[in-house]
Amino acid sequence: MSQTIFAPWDDPNEKPLIRFENVTKKFGEFVAIDDLSLDIYTQEFFALLGPSGCGKTTMMRMLAGFENPTRGTIELSGQNIVPVPPNKRAVNMMFQSYALFPHLSVRENIAFGLKRDKMDKERIEARVAEMLKLTRLEKFAQRKPHQISGGQRQRVALARSLAKAPKLLLLDEPLGALDKKLRQDTQFELMDIQESTGTTFVIVTHDQEEAMTVASRVAVMDEGRIIQVATPANIYEYPNSVYVADFIGDVNILEGRAKPVGEDRYEVLWHEGVAPVTATSSAPFSDGQTAHLAIRPEKIAISTDRPDNADNAMEGKVLDIAYLGNLSTYHVGLPGGQVIKAQTANTRRIARRDITWEDPVWISWSATAGVLLAE
Amino acid sequence: MRRLSWFNVTSLTLGFAFLYLPMLILVIYSFNASKLVTVWAGFSTRWYGELIQNEAFLGAAWVTLKVALMSSTLATLLGTMAAYVLVRGGRFLGRTLFSGMIYAPLVMPEVITGLSLLLLFIGIGLDRGVLTIVLAHTTFSMCYVSVVVSSRLVSFDRSLEEAALDLGCSAWDAFRLVTLPIIAPAVIAGWLLAFTLSLDDLVIASFTAGPSATTLPIKIFSAVRLGVSPEINALSTIMIAIVATGVITASLISKRASLRAQKEAQAAERASG
Repeated sequence: MSQTIFAPWDDPNEKPLIRFENVTKKFGEFVAIDDLSLDIYTQEFFALLGPSGCGKTTMMRMLAGFENPTRGTIELSGQNIVPVPPNKRAVNMMFQSYALFPHLSVRENIAFGLKRDKMDKERIEARVAEMLKLTRLEKFAQRKPHQISGGQRQRVALARSLAKAPKLLLLDEPLGALDKKLRQDTQFELMDIQESTGTTFVIVTHDQEEAMTVASRVAVMDEGRIIQVATPANIYEYPNSVYVADFIGDVNILEGRAKPVGEDRYEVLWHEGVAPVTATSSAPFSDGQTAHLAIRPEKIAISTDRPDNADNAMEGKVLDIAYLGNLSTYHVGLPGGQVIKAQTANTRRIARRDITWEDPVWISWSATAGVLLAE
Repeated sequence: MRRLSWFNVTSLTLGFAFLYLPMLILVIYSFNASKLVTVWAGFSTRWYGELIQNEAFLGAAWVTLKVALMSSTLATLLGTMAAYVLVRGGRFLGRTLFSGMIYAPLVMPEVITGLSLLLLFIGIGLDRGVLTIVLAHTTFSMCYVSVVVSSRLVSFDRSLEEAALDLGCSAWDAFRLVTLPIIAPAVIAGWLLAFTLSLDDLVIASFTAGPSATTLPIKIFSAVRLGVSPEINALSTIMIAIVATGVITASLISKRASLRAQKEAQAAERASG
């Protein structure tokens, strides 16, 4: 490849833009952030992902300066920003509710932050024009926020927070208020803008699809802790825990006891009277240790005949079919009562698909298709 | 439009008659040509003419107006500040106590408020006059302002202020440039309310007024003790008109503001939907 891959987190000489060091945040007795350390690098599009109440919004509010950590430090370009008030930080935020000033026009909203910097008039004008162009809002400059659509308001909020050219832009559920179609378009727009301005973005979202689409790295959070930080592909293909595997996308979890059967190769005895499944794992498991095989539905093949040469194959009956248009998910019941989800792309027209309800089928997957997890 | 049943019509008539019949009679008799208050002798605006020539009444009216303007402005300032701290200050020590205490003067008997203020002014040796009435009126009307303003602040999106801070505003700039323009209708409504409250107050003013300054309600009350004159009817009619205008304007302003907010929300929904 001619292009160098953007991966500053793999470079030991790279200095992080943001460094959380052993940050704890308590609200009374409630621990919102629990001794958390995290590095975010310049020009990253970093996603904080987790269910509501996991602490992701608190992380963002600490970066903006609206909350202060109970313990620990937060550094921006090597400088501790904990004592710096929000109006003195080179950090801007795009609010979930957009927080557009209703009494000001689109132009005045975008110019608001620039005017606070006592910038001279022509430079403000030029910067506002640039922002209007970037977000394709030129035609709406004189309108008030209530006179434009939800998608346009979202772009005004983005333009306003980008106008001051912050070192770091925080986005709090930026697309939550948009409908699905618009959200997908806007995701790509956000990525374009992030790339063209070179600003570091930190996005907070509970939508895993959104995080996967836009982010260079994703941090999956739960109960004030970061469970895993990795690129979207690694989060999906190599989750480090059942929690992450389950939170991101759809997954089958087969829980059982591991039994080493060769180098990096294990059998998982997961159910009485059912053949053990075979899986590879670079992480070692001792004999009899609890192991969870996490396997994505699309990694499981479904067929009417017994497949040849499959590492794992079992027979079952189709209980349910979820037809999603491009994909179909089959719920296959095994003789022991377990249900395994298998997914196939609908490359053929519906009339010619041959598997239907109650059909006896075979499901199969290779030893490398899943991930073996201790917890 | 739905037709009202006879029962509803009767209750409505009775209720409104109870409320407004005395005032209506007063207004009608203010246009009476006769010098005797209870005898109708034809329509005339004669008493309004005589009123304009009555120096004592005009002086009292001027004092009342001055007091109302100053006290309502002061009350608006203090009431808005109090509302802001109570709604926005977060959970500080004694917040519940303070917010309870700010509403207490609403239900406190005016006689007690007046008496305690009188004792205070005597205690600190302040001569009773315009200043003491202004202070007294500010005291009791600022809690009305604070009620009106805090109800607006409660429904105010907090993130607007955070956005202002985030974009480089100091706390004062955020209040001046973002919060105040948005809550302005409530502040104006609060001012008008305080203004009309001060205009028609008799009890507290009579405790705190001195020989150098008498307000119109006090003047009317003392004049009536010597017998009701048609002039007083004319004066009262004018006061009813002023107070009614103030109250109606205040309620129209707050209603228009909430209607506009509703329309904006609807327009936004349509646009995004």
